[in-house]
Amino acid sequence: MLGYYLKLASVSIRRNPVLTGLMILAIALGIGACMTTITVNYVMSSDPIPQKSDQLHYVQIDSWDPNSPFSDDGDPPDQLTWTDATNLMRDKKAFRQSAIASSNGVVIPPGDDSKPFMATMRITYADFFPMFELPFQFGSGWPSSTDENRDYVVVLSRKTNDEVFGGEDSVGRTLNIVGKEFRVIGVLDEYFPVPRFYDLTTGPFNTPEDIYLPFVLKEELELNNNGNTNCWKAPEGEGFLGFLQSECVNYQMWVELPTDADKQDYEDYLYNYVTEQKNLGRLERPMNNRLPNVMEWLDDQEVVQDDAQILLWLSFMFLGVCLLNTIGLLLAKFVSRSAEIGLRRAVGASRSDLFIQHTVETGLIGVIGGILGLGFALLGLEGIKMLYTDVPEQIVQLDITMVIVALVLALTASIAAGLYPTWKACNIAPASQLKSQ
Amino acid sequence: MSNLEIGPILRALMRNKVGAILIAIQIAFTMTIVVNAISIIQERERLVARESGLDDANTFFIDSSGFTEDFNEKVTVEEDLANIRNLPGVVSAVQINAIPVSGSGWSMNLQTTPNAEGDGTAVAVYMTDENGLKTMDLELIAGENFSPADVRWRARAQSDWPDKTIITKTMADDLYPEENWQYALGKTVFIQDDEPMLIIGIVDKLQAPWVGWGSVERSMLSPEYQLFGSARYLIRAEHGFRDELMPQVEELLAQSNSGRIIRNLTSIEDARKRSYQAHTAMVKMLSLIMVVLILITALGIVGLASFNVNRRKQQIGVRRALGATQGAIVRYFMVENFLISSSGVLLGAGLSVGLNVILVDEFSLTPVDWYLIPTSMIALWVVGQIAVFGPAQRAASIPPASATRTV
Repeated sequence: MLGYYLKLASVSIRRNPVLTGLMILAIALGIGACMTTITVNYVMSSDPIPQKSDQLHYVQIDSWDPNSPFSDDGDPPDQLTWTDATNLMRDKKAFRQSAIASSNGVVIPPGDDSKPFMATMRITYADFFPMFELPFQFGSGWPSSTDENRDYVVVLSRKTNDEVFGGEDSVGRTLNIVGKEFRVIGVLDEYFPVPRFYDLTTGPFNTPEDIYLPFVLKEELELNNNGNTNCWKAPEGEGFLGFLQSECVNYQMWVELPTDADKQDYEDYLYNYVTEQKNLGRLERPMNNRLPNVMEWLDDQEVVQDDAQILLWLSFMFLGVCLLNTIGLLLAKFVSRSAEIGLRRAVGASRSDLFIQHTVETGLIGVIGGILGLGFALLGLEGIKMLYTDVPEQIVQLDITMVIVALVLALTASIAAGLYPTWKACNIAPASQLKSQ
Repeated sequence: MSNLEIGPILRALMRNKVGAILIAIQIAFTMTIVVNAISIIQERERLVARESGLDDANTFFIDSSGFTEDFNEKVTVEEDLANIRNLPGVVSAVQINAIPVSGSGWSMNLQTTPNAEGDGTAVAVYMTDENGLKTMDLELIAGENFSPADVRWRARAQSDWPDKTIITKTMADDLYPEENWQYALGKTVFIQDDEPMLIIGIVDKLQAPWVGWGSVERSMLSPEYQLFGSARYLIRAEHGFRDELMPQVEELLAQSNSGRIIRNLTSIEDARKRSYQAHTAMVKMLSLIMVVLILITALGIVGLASFNVNRRKQQIGVRRALGATQGAIVRYFMVENFLISSSGVLLGAGLSVGLNVILVDEFSLTPVDWYLIPTSMIALWVVGQIAVFGPAQRAASIPPASATRTV
């Protein structure tokens, strides 16, 4: 029976090609616009580390000016001071933990005619790699003994290893970074979390860094601060060390707390830590510690950009207009077919037969519109790639989920649009139309 | 009025209202989107059109980072500046810590009394020498420029400040909101709670590096060369010489000292494009949405009107047979469309304001300018009339004789 209805539908579509074409185009454009914005919003709000995002917590402590809050809504600073970051790392009260920061430095590849370059750098502790499950092509992250011994070891990104060592297994080789010889201990495989959740202060969709060095080396190598450094008072000490020990915030810290009990313990520990620091004359603001997990932190930092949300809403309205268009046209089409419907009713088709027949027709229009709409969405995403030159590739890619969403959306939208016209068509009395024949 | 036949048209509409209501709602939604999209576009275009204060078209910058043990930063900066300034086509060049509208920079707070509680007035800091004004195309509207003797060298972790500064007019206004801007000249402000800086000059306009910052017009100049490991040079070329000079400067720096990396050669125009990329993208996307939407709505009107014409073929024939002119038939459809559009745009006016209130609330956009509402209403009326004109013409060409035929 479905085959017969499909045949009827295609006959009907061919009878009014322009009108049907207009309906399909309207649905396709609406779906195209929606899928483009849905994809962008979906990727922006996606969970970058779904397997454990609720166990990873960002550490916030209110180290700001006693006289004025860091932000008007009462949130503590979005980063830590060097003092707090290194203190919390020394205590190691979580299952895993790593303070991190961004920096940069000159890398001189081996060989006499090599071209030195400026590399972006993430300084971390040993736990960073297992905690965020970074994929390794060669070697591994460094052991925690490295952090204690202040060894000069480095983890390279795949891209850096490709450029410097031609993609070979470079574990054990040495590399000159900021004037010192570093031993390569691991090479990452492709790694590009979207959003790049571990450090949102330099833009949530930035590329991960070129090289990873032990955090503790910042002090002796005087690695510079990248990203945002915010200070509420001038450093008291002199020189680089004075700057490190100031109340300026530039460091992020993550802890892995597998259970709620662990989280509770860590909260208690933070409470005690802050109290202790208060006794030492620091952290004069009221107690305001936070431990948001990954998704809470992304939400708090408003990673999904306003523009993307505005476009999402506008594109849904756009789809709404396209559907209204389709309803009007379907109505006209079905009503103009009254005579034929009357005839079918008269020769025995039940209302439900007619209902199914017309729903099949609108569904067919929807599916064709949906497929065309996917094409428009691909075009739309290409357009976004051209307009925003620095968005990561992942944001502008349709995955299989999105394709299914698009088709289901198109199908439901078109069937919903067809409901009223179909209902009207089914209610045509057999006799009324036969009269005029 | 009587020959517009509004009465009969309305009664005919009432008999078949669903189609008309659908078109009206469609027009209302279209108008809602169009009004709000135009409002957002206007807001973004205003932002993008703001002037940085620099001679954007003729200015560029480049970074140099020394990495060898024996790299002498101070000597290099002095030599580089002398070499660059000697190039033909260079108007002026300075070392600077940050580039206006580029996205990254340095901010400080200035207070009018030492150790005052509260935040002070945040300001973007540009460290540069006495050539900063010329290089950045700044007009000194009060006071004086730095003298070469004012300019000092600042080491990387050095935290004290020079004792003189030049600020922008907006910064002067914001420091002393009670007074007019001239008041700031000769006053001492305090940086880092208690370090005094004397305001020796005020310049017309210089934007901060962050285009999204609400106080983007607040900037100050601090007379310093920097020894930060990486040096950044801002170079202003004579009109038309920029593209020629950019590779020359890069070459010059790379040749003169091999112990360094030269990078980030960028024109201010490109930096600006990058900083405003999101805004220009939004403008383009919203424009596209608007055009397509109006097109869809217009096509919808054409489609429905065509159907109505076909359906009423016989009645139209009858009217023609009874003496209605072709003009009367055209007018009928035009008036009918006008009535539908009118209810649509009236509803649209309400919805536009409603959506705008939500957008203003949720995303802190600026409210719609009132005149957009009547303008969009008229525009959609016109679109409706144009769309229906074709089908109406076809209706008018139905011969009177068709009244005698059955469908």
